[in-house]
Amino acid sequence: MLYINCPHCGMRSQNEFSYGGDASVKRPEINKEVSDQEWDNFVYNRKSLRGKHLELWQHISGCRQWIKVERDTGTHEIFRTFKADEEVA
Amino acid sequence: MTQTFRIENGGFINKDKKLSFKFNGKTYFGYEGDTLASALLANGVHLIGRSFKYHRPRGFFGAGVDEPYAVVQLYRNGETEPNIKATEQELFEGLEAKSVNCWPSVNFDIGAINNFLKIFLPAGFYYKTFMWPKSFWYRIYEPFIRKAAGLGVASTKHDNERYEHKYEYCDLLIAGSGPSGLASAYAAAKNGARVILAEDKPRFGGSLLTSDVNIGNQSGKDWAEGIIAELKTMPNVVVKNRSQIFGYYDHNMLVMSEKVSDHLPSTKKYHPNKRLWYIRAKEVLISSGSIERPIVFGNNDTPGVMLSSAAKEYLKVYGVLVGRKPLVFTNNDSGYETAIEFKKHGVDPVVLDSRKNPESEIIDEAKSLRINIKYSYVVVAAQGYKKVKSADIASISEDKKQLGKIENIQCDCICVSGFWTPTIHLASQSGNKTKYKEEIDAFIPGQSKQNEITLGAANGVFSLDETLKTSFKVGSELSKKITKKNNEVAIPNVVEKKSSQHDKFWCVPLPKGKNYKRFLDFQNDVAVSDIEIALREGYRSIEHVKRYTTLGMATDQGKTSNLNGLQLVSEIENKVVPAVGHTTFRPPYTPVSIGAIVGREVGKHSKPTRKSPMHEWHEKNNAVFVDAGIWLRPRYYKKGNENLFEASKREAKNVRTNVGVCDVTTLGKIDIKGPDAAELLNRVYTNAWLKLPVGKARYGVMLREDGIVMDDGTTTRISENHYHMTTTTAQAANVLSHLEYYLQLVWHELNVNVVSTTEQWAGAAIAGPKSRDLLKKLFPNSDVSNEVLPFMGYMEGDLFGVKARIFRISFSGELAYEVNVESDYGNFMWEKIMEVGEEFNIQPYGTEALSTLRIEMGHVAGSELDGRTIPYDNALEGLVSKKKDFIGKRSLHRSAFIAEDRQRIVGVVPLDKQTSIPEGSHLVKDDKAPLPNPKLGHISASCWSVEYDNPFSLAILKDGKNMIGQKLFAMSPLKNKVIPVEIVSSHYVDPKGERVRS
Repeated sequence: MLYINCPHCGMRSQNEFSYGGDASVKRPEINKEVSDQEWDNFVYNRKSLRGKHLELWQHISGCRQWIKVERDTGTHEIFRTFKADEEVA
Repeated sequence: MTQTFRIENGGFINKDKKLSFKFNGKTYFGYEGDTLASALLANGVHLIGRSFKYHRPRGFFGAGVDEPYAVVQLYRNGETEPNIKATEQELFEGLEAKSVNCWPSVNFDIGAINNFLKIFLPAGFYYKTFMWPKSFWYRIYEPFIRKAAGLGVASTKHDNERYEHKYEYCDLLIAGSGPSGLASAYAAAKNGARVILAEDKPRFGGSLLTSDVNIGNQSGKDWAEGIIAELKTMPNVVVKNRSQIFGYYDHNMLVMSEKVSDHLPSTKKYHPNKRLWYIRAKEVLISSGSIERPIVFGNNDTPGVMLSSAAKEYLKVYGVLVGRKPLVFTNNDSGYETAIEFKKHGVDPVVLDSRKNPESEIIDEAKSLRINIKYSYVVVAAQGYKKVKSADIASISEDKKQLGKIENIQCDCICVSGFWTPTIHLASQSGNKTKYKEEIDAFIPGQSKQNEITLGAANGVFSLDETLKTSFKVGSELSKKITKKNNEVAIPNVVEKKSSQHDKFWCVPLPKGKNYKRFLDFQNDVAVSDIEIALREGYRSIEHVKRYTTLGMATDQGKTSNLNGLQLVSEIENKVVPAVGHTTFRPPYTPVSIGAIVGREVGKHSKPTRKSPMHEWHEKNNAVFVDAGIWLRPRYYKKGNENLFEASKREAKNVRTNVGVCDVTTLGKIDIKGPDAAELLNRVYTNAWLKLPVGKARYGVMLREDGIVMDDGTTTRISENHYHMTTTTAQAANVLSHLEYYLQLVWHELNVNVVSTTEQWAGAAIAGPKSRDLLKKLFPNSDVSNEVLPFMGYMEGDLFGVKARIFRISFSGELAYEVNVESDYGNFMWEKIMEVGEEFNIQPYGTEALSTLRIEMGHVAGSELDGRTIPYDNALEGLVSKKKDFIGKRSLHRSAFIAEDRQRIVGVVPLDKQTSIPEGSHLVKDDKAPLPNPKLGHISASCWSVEYDNPFSLAILKDGKNMIGQKLFAMSPLKNKVIPVEIVSSHYVDPKGERVRS
């Protein structure tokens, strides 16, 4: 079971969180025209990466905040975690 | 004549406490502190079971977790458990056990005929033989194989034992209480670190219990006891015996199974049977020791052939002689230790050493005790069927290929030592890439992946002095890093005998003209010849060889067989062992009870149960409940002998004619506050929200980004910046997460807060033509007229002194209201409604009547919003704004979503107006068409229309818009029904929606 550093609460076990997919996906702005391809990429197209991956988790049984987790999908190593509105450098 | 193999003095058992037990129906005696294995051996019982494939007689091979043979069916306190290792099961008064895999008895087993047919049962036999004809598999082959196979019978009774889970955190978790575990635990504990020390056996000390060493002027065992006693007094240390760490998972999470009660005749009150520990450790020290490995020779599975370390353990720990004429067969010094132990107890062993001229302190001691030693000698084959009677032995050439003249010597047991295999399972599970250590012919942990360090014998270090020095140092340094304390611990002086190099020899060649079975894997009857066949047939990867031959599978997971299997493959393939590699070690290290894994989450505790504040009232009024997610909701209220159908019809009819009340507490409720609340709703829902006035409710539909309907419900504007959203019962949690997702991640510029208030409000839906009359009496101080409180209106009211929220919304399609009060007043509200409603013939109604009412109105619910439908499919396209953007809008342009013949909700009535259509039935054009009959749609919900007194269903139907009036067939192969039906409008009752506005 992963051990995730919630930027709001500290180290917590994975069973307090729920997974939320790729954090690098950006929703097209509301009220803005987007091409079919752009929309498809946003809704459906995801890379199944092996290696470092920025992903979303929600601390659902804790502070309920969505957070970003930089994790290696092959080794499960977690490098850094970020608050929802924190920019990832 | 009992316990004739028990020695007078010796053993760490309690001879003052005699225990009686039964094995295969016969009563025996043992002592407190025995295992079932040691007690049976004390009584001279060596035949304990039959082997898996050939049904050959099986005895004891080890003395612990590595045991491949002695698997029994255990009976304890009215319960039974299969797959118990007799070598691990502690004896208690009244224990009962039986042999497995034998019929009719262990002494006379019909399956043993396989032994004589074994030429027909080589590796892959089942794969090759039972392939065809295909139809034979289910009828003939499978039942036959099932009957012949298996190692025990699971109980079919409810398990009355309790199992617990426990979560724990520590600085250092130490697996194994042998010398390295004790030393590192002690050093770390002295530095104030939080330490958990786990030992799978009942006694602490590991190899120190049986080895002849001296630490700090004490015997190894006394030193271990002193350390444990001190550790137990320290508040920062948890010391656990009977506790097996069986799994090493991600981020230094380890799982341990503690046998709390298995050693007792029955579980104590309030105690669990087992406790599963989830331990998150900063550092893990693996001190799991090593397991002796066998040398392979002919008939090496005969009862009486066992590991030399096991023989020594039975003697030293339990005071039991495994034989009176022991033959020790060794390729290293460990065999001598066993021989010396026998000699000390007045038994004369013969030692066969495969080496030519070994020299060491231990061998000198054996010589000085005048033990009969034969160098360059091996056991060629054991003789005897149910027990070793003698051994064929021979000298062996230096290249280990030529055997000398075969001699037969009498013996009653053969203690075999083929050197030691480090127990690297936990390190390997952690992700550690193991490496082969040539010196010891075995794998040891390599580069650590997680925070784990392997110490002592588990790391391939067999010198006690070196092990203790390293372990004290590691324990001290790791804890220092964590606690910043540095309390020096003096490392005690060690006296041990030096060993000589072991012989790289693991398998005795077959003598000319002999065809003995030489077993590698004892639990699965995998012989040398089976591996040879697998390789001949082209299996190369060790993982494939394992699966084809079953080498290293079954309950012991090849703890004694894996390395010899690798040796054989490497020899045949002419590769070095590390090039062959080993199979993957996966958790669990040793079998774990399913009960322990499940813990307390069984039966009705498998998930939490949520009850509304009115639950007790429902119970008292004969409600029959139904699971709605984790909520319990009244399905109907039973009157007299009514069944579900009759009761729900009565309840629904009463709503249509008088007034009914339904508990709607379970609906999800979300409080939304903030200046941008309207903007959020406008983006989340498909319809427009910016102009909703205060005091009004609106129905809304929300989509996922892919255009599929996620949920629906009403949201009410309570005040300027305050909204009250309702969701369906099932989607409440998802909708909250959904809103949080957009607020926190996508649109953080929106100034809005959302919080779940589902549990804060109790809700009652009051529905029916007489509901306004009732409401007037419930809220005499409020004007609830159609003018002041119109459809989709909202007001606050005073319910006999309790503040209430009144929403004029309707799911039933009747004139209806929903009243909410704070949860603690829920029951008060409900009782008042029933009391005041009596004059209007009020009746409570359950979810079944609720469904009927909504289905005949064509209102959609979870069965239509099933994650596959868009607004159009549910006839909700009128709620989709063309002007503004919202979540999922862009997806609604997908070609499939705008296709001319897009599926759409319709009503379905059987032509005979009699036959109810099963939910899930498929709608087809031609009931006689060949399969697969093209499906046009499916029945999503069915009811008995109380308005028209005939069955009515909703369906999602292809081109539903143009299908009204068509005649189709509803087919349910599951219920074996074909029903001719007519497609009608989904708005079966009150299509203009006049009642809700009346």
